[in-house]
Amino acid sequence: MRYGTTASACAAVIRRDLLLTWRRRGDALNPALFAIMVVVMFPLALGPEPNQLANVSVGIVFVAVLLAGLLALDNLFRGDHEDGTLEQVVLSPHPLSLLLGSKILVHWLSTALPLIVISPALAEMLHLPRSVMPVLIVALILATLLLSLLGAVCVALTIGMRRSGMLLALLVLPLYVPVLIFAAGACNAAQMGLPFLAPLLWLGAALALALVLAPLACAAALRISIT
Amino acid sequence: MEPCPAMIASDPPPPIPLLQAEGLAFARNDEPVFGPLDFTLNPGDVVLVEGDNGSGKTTLLKVLSGLLQPNSGRIRLNGEDLTLARLSHQVALLGHLGGLKLDLTALENLRFAIGVFGLRSGAAPLPALASVGLEGYEDVPVRSLSAGQKKRVALARLLLVPAALWLLDEPYANLDKSGIDLVNRLLDAHARRGGAALVTSHGAYAFTSGTPRRLPLRPTP
Repeated sequence: MRYGTTASACAAVIRRDLLLTWRRRGDALNPALFAIMVVVMFPLALGPEPNQLANVSVGIVFVAVLLAGLLALDNLFRGDHEDGTLEQVVLSPHPLSLLLGSKILVHWLSTALPLIVISPALAEMLHLPRSVMPVLIVALILATLLLSLLGAVCVALTIGMRRSGMLLALLVLPLYVPVLIFAAGACNAAQMGLPFLAPLLWLGAALALALVLAPLACAAALRISIT
Repeated sequence: MEPCPAMIASDPPPPIPLLQAEGLAFARNDEPVFGPLDFTLNPGDVVLVEGDNGSGKTTLLKVLSGLLQPNSGRIRLNGEDLTLARLSHQVALLGHLGGLKLDLTALENLRFAIGVFGLRSGAAPLPALASVGLEGYEDVPVRSLSAGQKKRVALARLLLVPAALWLLDEPYANLDKSGIDLVNRLLDAHARRGGAALVTSHGAYAFTSGTPRRLPLRPTP
């Protein structure tokens, strides 16, 4: 009998989730469309003055990305929970934290990566100086990874509830606030010509911690909430 | 008087039961659901769990698979205590949810199960699908299969994973006459291979071959 290795089990999770994303690729673009809509609204409401828009552009992009991510977060385990495949994953002989980590990775690839890809266009629409663009992208990559990992723990905690949208937002927002402050802080500093490396390093440190701990917490939370 | 060494040597070693439950009881919010139950499953056993709706059949299977923690009693799998964090690969659960992704094809669903659970030696996805009567449906999305065909895909998964203990929750539901025969044939073959199974049923379907052991569950007053 072959039980397979943990690596092949994680690969199976990644392959399946990527395939599912591809089958429903229209849904996968929803967060990006949502962010575009939010960003398009702001110049209409604030007026087309380039300097005024440039001042608030970093904040708008980050809030749009954060809310778009929150929109997609609830689907992370919901579908698997409803059709019973999550139960099967929990029963697998391989470490649940690594299998869930693979799911989180695919979720990040399918929801956050499109947002990062369109973010230069969003920033350009808001007259963000081009020199800040690399900092914006690095901050977005670090921040969205952190948001996905932290959010996954909260989703795992609330999976047992039928309508968890509001509770999930309440749980997630206090965790998202520090990430938002550091990520937007780095870009604002870069925009003003100040050193921006420190907040990025803080984000990187938090990400290293979350990469190790969040999948473990996620597995523990999931075991509690499905029993 | 001490037994002579020759007698000890001639005694066959006691077989290790595949599954052993001692004083197993489960309560939800202090309301007893079932138990205390004592039973043993040896390799080759097929046990029919009987009980009315709400008597805790599904809960029993979830406890035995390790998805739920019993309130008292212990479960031993191959002589080892079963804990949720250290689930062995000995258990395959067929729940009423099915555990299939509707957007994937039957074959893709089975490949995922193999990746996560491993593959029984000598088994392969295509023959497994053929043996549950789904030849030609390999590349059809599960969404467009009927309820009975979905059940058959889930049964094909049981044939592929290496688990020795099958926990089947209402495997006869949604199946036609030939499907019921199919479940019985699969159970027979599994028992002959040295596996064991615990099958819940509300009693509407009878086994066609042999008389299985029965484990009655009564709703606790």
